[in-house]
Amino acid sequence: MSDGAPLLSLTGVNTHIGPYHILQGVDLEVRRGGLTMLLGRNGAGKTTTLRTIMGMWHASAGNVRFDDADITAWATPDIARAGIAYVPENMGIFADLTVRENLLLAARSGPIDDARLRWIFGLFPALEKFWPLTAGVLSGGQKQMLSIARAIIEPRKLFLIDEPTKGLAPAIIGNIIAAFSELKKSTDTTILVVEQNFLFAKSLGDAVAVMDNGRIVHTGAMAELAADRDLQHRLLGLHLDQHQ
Amino acid sequence: MILSGDPPRGRTLALLLTVIFAGLALAPFLFPGMAALNVAAKICYFVVLAASYDLLLGYTGIVSFAHTMFFGIGGYGAGLALYNFGPSWSSIAVGTAAALVLAVALALVIGLLSLRVRAIFFAMITLAVGSAFAILASQLSSFTGGEDGRTFRLPEALRPGFQVLNSPVAVNGRVLTYYLVFFSSLILFLLMLRVVNSPFGRVLQAIRENEFRAEALGYRIVIYRSIANCLAAAAAALAGVLSALWLRYTGPAVTLSFDTMLDILLMVVIGGMGTLYGAVLGATIFVLAETYMQSLMAVVSHASLPLLPRLFDPDRWLLWLGVLFVLSVYFFPFGIVGRLRKRH
Amino acid sequence: MSAGKTFKLPARRRDIAPLLLVPLLALAALPLIGSFSTWVTLTLAGVAMGMIIFITASGLTLVFGLMDVLNFGHGAFISIGAYAAIVLVPLVSGLMQADSIAANLGALMALIAIAMLVTGVLGYAFERIIVMPVYGQPLKQILVTVGGMIVAEQLIIAIFGPVQIVLPLPTAFRGSLVFGDVAVERYRLIAVAVGLVIFAAMLLVLNRTRLGLLIRAGVENGEMVEALGYHIRRLFVGVFVAGSALAGLGGVMWGFYREALTPRMGMDVMVLAFIVVVIGGLGSVGGCFIGALLVAVTANYAGFLAPKLALGSNILLMALILLWRSRGLYPVTRR
Repeated sequence: MSDGAPLLSLTGVNTHIGPYHILQGVDLEVRRGGLTMLLGRNGAGKTTTLRTIMGMWHASAGNVRFDDADITAWATPDIARAGIAYVPENMGIFADLTVRENLLLAARSGPIDDARLRWIFGLFPALEKFWPLTAGVLSGGQKQMLSIARAIIEPRKLFLIDEPTKGLAPAIIGNIIAAFSELKKSTDTTILVVEQNFLFAKSLGDAVAVMDNGRIVHTGAMAELAADRDLQHRLLGLHLDQHQ
Repeated sequence: MILSGDPPRGRTLALLLTVIFAGLALAPFLFPGMAALNVAAKICYFVVLAASYDLLLGYTGIVSFAHTMFFGIGGYGAGLALYNFGPSWSSIAVGTAAALVLAVALALVIGLLSLRVRAIFFAMITLAVGSAFAILASQLSSFTGGEDGRTFRLPEALRPGFQVLNSPVAVNGRVLTYYLVFFSSLILFLLMLRVVNSPFGRVLQAIRENEFRAEALGYRIVIYRSIANCLAAAAAALAGVLSALWLRYTGPAVTLSFDTMLDILLMVVIGGMGTLYGAVLGATIFVLAETYMQSLMAVVSHASLPLLPRLFDPDRWLLWLGVLFVLSVYFFPFGIVGRLRKRH
Repeated sequence: MSAGKTFKLPARRRDIAPLLLVPLLALAALPLIGSFSTWVTLTLAGVAMGMIIFITASGLTLVFGLMDVLNFGHGAFISIGAYAAIVLVPLVSGLMQADSIAANLGALMALIAIAMLVTGVLGYAFERIIVMPVYGQPLKQILVTVGGMIVAEQLIIAIFGPVQIVLPLPTAFRGSLVFGDVAVERYRLIAVAVGLVIFAAMLLVLNRTRLGLLIRAGVENGEMVEALGYHIRRLFVGVFVAGSALAGLGGVMWGFYREALTPRMGMDVMVLAFIVVVIGGLGSVGGCFIGALLVAVTANYAGFLAPKLALGSNILLMALILLWRSRGLYPVTRR
């Protein structure tokens, strides 16, 4: 699964938002390939971590390295072009643009690759159905699918995905789990997912990192965490099977 | 300072303010002649007008381009009352009262609107409303005297012919009018100083700094902003009354024009937003520049380079003030007062 | 792309109510005005004026939608465009005095080109020097751009003098075409044509090009566009320059419409442009188009029916529209 240097590494990253000190020294390594889950309570700093990686907020201390480059002070568009795709918490769908236009925008290098599009339609049939319509009419789950589709429309090195199952019905979550499994199988893209839904995390994650109070408090293999109920309770304050 | 506990804080500033105060207080005796007295009176009521705008812009953080509307309401209130009901103190009282009521009512409406829309939207809308009001005043000529405005006479005690003293100095009705304007302006300014340094004023500043936090702390922004709007409008209206009394004239060009609006904007920003003393400095500098810079510039204007004379043409003093204004926004956010106070 | 699948797609919800406003207004005014020929004249005058206001306001709405920058100095570009053109008038006077539509159009195009070039370049300078340092600070933005406007107006007066300068229409543009009872001014038809061309061009760029896609997406969510890998800030400058150039174009058209130039002319149109932008919805070109027509047509009807209320009628219109749709006719779905 992994080999050599980590694809993404954060070292001692501190981020301030206004007067608030959100990230207080984050050390995180994400190995190439596979899916890493970033878990933690509300307000632990998970979204802030992703946004810092993406350059939307700049770290006040520490550094972020991606694929052997120090991207700490880079501008967001350059970070995206280095090969990172970002699926934000609120999905970031352009509601006034059609599904087609949303995907077209995400396909930076030109027209959409046909084969790739077929594959996406296979994962998310609804997108084919709603192709010419404005994205605003899509349901929550469909918007999430579109957001993910935008990230995978072209090959990328790393996906940053923020709470993909938030607010979605269990059936849709099932679709998304299937899509991610398929993603893991058919591409060698590294995936970093922020989640609160432990069931989702358990079924897909290879590695796991847990955040609390702006720091990483645990890293390891998912299997290990999944097996240790006491550890789960300590870190996340819940039991595995309770959380749907 | 008296009543408010908001001292100038800065030796140079205190010195300047004292000089200005002394100059204005003793104007009829220090600077003989009507022209100089005109300048002094204009400074007085513009200080009040600019300070009322600073209350809105600097303390509450609201950008409005309709402020001269209130100035005009005051001017027209007193002016039309004196014109229609005859030159008596009761006319002045009635006109002033009517103006205040109208001004505060309008301020309430505008204030409520400002909370429903974003700041930039609001600024745009006030621009439109201010323009419309000015045009309306010119159009309703049978009532307001249209473009030409109205001239009227003052009660007897305020007329030039009314002699109080002949020696050691000549004190006539004009001088009395001047002191009426001067003391009214002084009192209004001190009152505004008191307001911004009261708990109410502090809440206003808190709201300006961070709206969400203020609301989270339990302050009803609606109420504070509305009150601030009304106070500013009332003060502006009273400044308008004073201007009408001094000029013995009221009209759209003097009170409602966009030029006047820009003038007070310049005064407040160059003088220093959110300080009230800035309004004093700004108004003084502006009125003096308007009157006297012309002669200064006429000197430079006689150079031989082609465009330069045009740029330094005495009528272009506003160009340079505009440049100073832009520079102030970038480099002196607290205006001259800020620089004098040497804020860290 | 998709093979013929037969399922019911949700109906494409087209928001047509605002599109009906102008026709409804026109119809409502007809009985009030009484005479059909007067109605036609007023309506056409309104449509022509509306086109010109649209041209000047369109740049304003895009700049605001995309960059959250409200340029209170926009009026300066309108004036500068007109004054830049008038400098050129002596050079094209031959073309302008010829009694041929083609020659006159040529002259007009030349004037417009110069105006757009000058205001475009100045727009670039204005954006980099004056606006950029205050991105994200609305208060300072308003103040600084107002300051820019004051300085620009004073410079115009310094260079051209404070007095009105007459700008006569080219020969073949003067007068009217007469259809029975109705007189239709030639220049107004030209203004309508120019306006429609600009509108069509804007729609084409916005809806059929990648650039337009970026702009539309950027108006909705600039941050996400950056996250997709586009340097949207570079786009800002371009849009600002385009908006300033359009203002210059509008200035030339307005100058001919009024057949006179005054240093304050830009400010006057700008107030109308602001009302239009607020009515149309910040960031929406379509809304701006309808708003401009509404404002101009209303002003013309009011000017005939109740002259003292002309500008007031626009405020009233704005208030009514905001009561109906508090963010304008076609508000852009924001974040």
